[in-house]
Amino acid sequence: MRDLVSEMARHITVKGVQIARNGSALLDVPHLTLGGPGPTLILGPNGAGKSLLLRCLHGLIVPDKGHVEQGGVLLNANHKARQAMVFQQPVLLRRSVAANLDFVLKRQGMPRAARKMRIAELLVEGGLEGKARQSARSLSGGEAQRLAILRALALDPDTLFLDEPTSALDPSATQVIERMILRASASGVRIVMVTHDIGQARRLASDIVMMQGGHVVEHGAARQVLDDPQSDASRRYLAGGLVT
Amino acid sequence: MIRNFLRAALVSLGLFAGPAFAEEPFIVVQSTTSTQNSGLLDSILPWFEAETGIDVRVVAVGTGQAIRNAINGDGDVLLVHATADEEQFVEDGWGVERFDVMYNDFVLVGPKSDPAKVKGGSNIVAALTAISEAEVPFASRGDDSGTHKAEIGHWDAAGVDPAAASGTWYRETGSGMGATLNVASGMDAYALTDRATWESFGNRGNLEVLVEGDPRLFNQYGVILVNPEKHAGVRAAAGQRFIDWLIGPDGQTAIEAFQLNGQQLFFPNAK
Amino acid sequence: MQGFAVEFSAAIALILNGDPELWAIVLLSLKVSIFAVLISALIGMPVGAALAVARFPGRRVLIILMNALMGFPPVVVGLLVYLMLSRSGPLGVLELLYTPTAMIIAQVVLVTPIVAALTRQVVEMLAEEYSEQLRSLGVSRLASVPVLLWDARLALVTALLAGFGRAIAEVGAVIIVGGNINHVTRVMTTTIALETSKGNLALALALGAILIGIAVAVNAMVSTLSLRAEREGLRHA
Repeated sequence: MRDLVSEMARHITVKGVQIARNGSALLDVPHLTLGGPGPTLILGPNGAGKSLLLRCLHGLIVPDKGHVEQGGVLLNANHKARQAMVFQQPVLLRRSVAANLDFVLKRQGMPRAARKMRIAELLVEGGLEGKARQSARSLSGGEAQRLAILRALALDPDTLFLDEPTSALDPSATQVIERMILRASASGVRIVMVTHDIGQARRLASDIVMMQGGHVVEHGAARQVLDDPQSDASRRYLAGGLVT
Repeated sequence: MIRNFLRAALVSLGLFAGPAFAEEPFIVVQSTTSTQNSGLLDSILPWFEAETGIDVRVVAVGTGQAIRNAINGDGDVLLVHATADEEQFVEDGWGVERFDVMYNDFVLVGPKSDPAKVKGGSNIVAALTAISEAEVPFASRGDDSGTHKAEIGHWDAAGVDPAAASGTWYRETGSGMGATLNVASGMDAYALTDRATWESFGNRGNLEVLVEGDPRLFNQYGVILVNPEKHAGVRAAAGQRFIDWLIGPDGQTAIEAFQLNGQQLFFPNAK
Repeated sequence: MQGFAVEFSAAIALILNGDPELWAIVLLSLKVSIFAVLISALIGMPVGAALAVARFPGRRVLIILMNALMGFPPVVVGLLVYLMLSRSGPLGVLELLYTPTAMIIAQVVLVTPIVAALTRQVVEMLAEEYSEQLRSLGVSRLASVPVLLWDARLALVTALLAGFGRAIAEVGAVIIVGGNINHVTRVMTTTIALETSKGNLALALALGAILIGIAVAVNAMVSTLSLRAEREGLRHA
């Protein structure tokens, strides 16, 4: 029962969201509800408006029209405090690996000793043990993205947004990160992730939001969207066609 | 790195509290470059400081600037060489009283080749007339200093308006005596200088003394206490003590004893 | 010129043999300029960072003004500070004219715009990169200032060293407000000016050599730090 309540509280609903620049619509989503527990993947070609939608969900961008709700109320600071986001290019502070984690833990008011333990745990989780004192900027691309995810998890979020976190990484680094994401999901963190990689969507998604040209063209269970797409745009994209 | 930098900075901060800021009694004397550059003050001040424990801080600028600084109250004692201006300074109420201290003389220096043929003369007015007629380079202070004022007086006496030739053979440096001598040395120009600065000047090049001994080249120095009624901050007691010493037997003896290159440069004449 | 060479080596020997008068002058120069740079840092860095992250009308004008102040003639700064500190000036009662403090004030006026302008440049660049991430973490604009300053630390030390270079090499302002008083306010540059006016060119040049040595050391530090800053992905724009 409690789980259901907290599940409801995490429902994100997009209502009449529009963003336009210079007269052309970049994003136009009349209605979208992200419910279920499993990872949601937002899939589509470049320029489909995936990242823009993700930023609206996280409150980084305020849409020209419409709004985003969570748990039935307008997205507010309390919601945002329970959300975290990982960007395509990890933005790491110019400090050590441990200091990057310490930064967010300290902001939560965690005492020093507890922070130290939590950092150690997180580093193990991300396979970065032994790199605590290394400069974060000297990490490899995969390590840097792992640290960015760890730092997001350090916030203890109920929702984690990821914007194509593996698009610049090779398959083995991608695999490590996908495992981290699945573990986070299994531990109860709601995952909303943007990708243009169909294989990745197949590997991770429980539901898929298919986008094209600023519109949501399809939203459904992953298997259904991938194996039996209902829209022309989805079919062409999934068939490997060039969708423009 | 940053921590070390800060530490170094803090250490230096601590050092600062040391000698530079230690409060010992001192006075500020607004004076001219000639008394400082010649080494006169370095020679006589330790006597006064040893006797009284009063540190004398000398700001050496041109006479014009020294007087303006004193009018602003930025000094306790004025020691300069432009008698008319000094008397005006006292008359206007900026100073308490003017005392003669010492004199030396001005000399006309110029290139050994002496294109204006003034060498060996003792008539400064005739020499300046010759220079203006020959239109050979002359380097002037051009800075409203005591020496500059004296020079202008001699041009007036010669009936020459050198300002009309400014930028041609008449070069105004707008700088101190030493800087002007550097210019004269560099361009083989004539220049009027006080003997003390000349004797202590190290970069003479082709220059030598060409005209000296004219009574009109007499250069009187005076000392004045800045009026504490105009500026409450003036250290009047210590300043007066310095003046009393300077025009008293001890100061006058110290001035007389100062020599450079075996030559006495300042002649005490306090009354 | 041979006489000059002899004089010059004699002057260098005088310095290297640790002539106490000369070293006191060098030390005072360092103290005054280090102090001035530290105060400039305390003022210039927050101002520069604020200009980098805040958005308000007139901001561009302020930035242009600040950049222009970087090239303010030292003599004018000296005059302004003199007019403030003179006994006839508004701050005359403080009795600061002709003290090292007056020289520090003049140098702070000279160096602060440099520190502020360079800080703004560096922090603005960094803020652009960090902006979304910090907002995602719930860090407000104001709270982001110390984060940005700390993360720009290498580039900021470079800015401070640039300010130090300007401070220690400057003569026009400190000679006016310091008065070049022996044992009190005589620093390297004013000594060089004095010895030049005495025609002691060799000694002046030897002191100049020390100044150049310090400038080289400072620049070596700057380039080492820039190199490190660059390696960590942060350069002056």
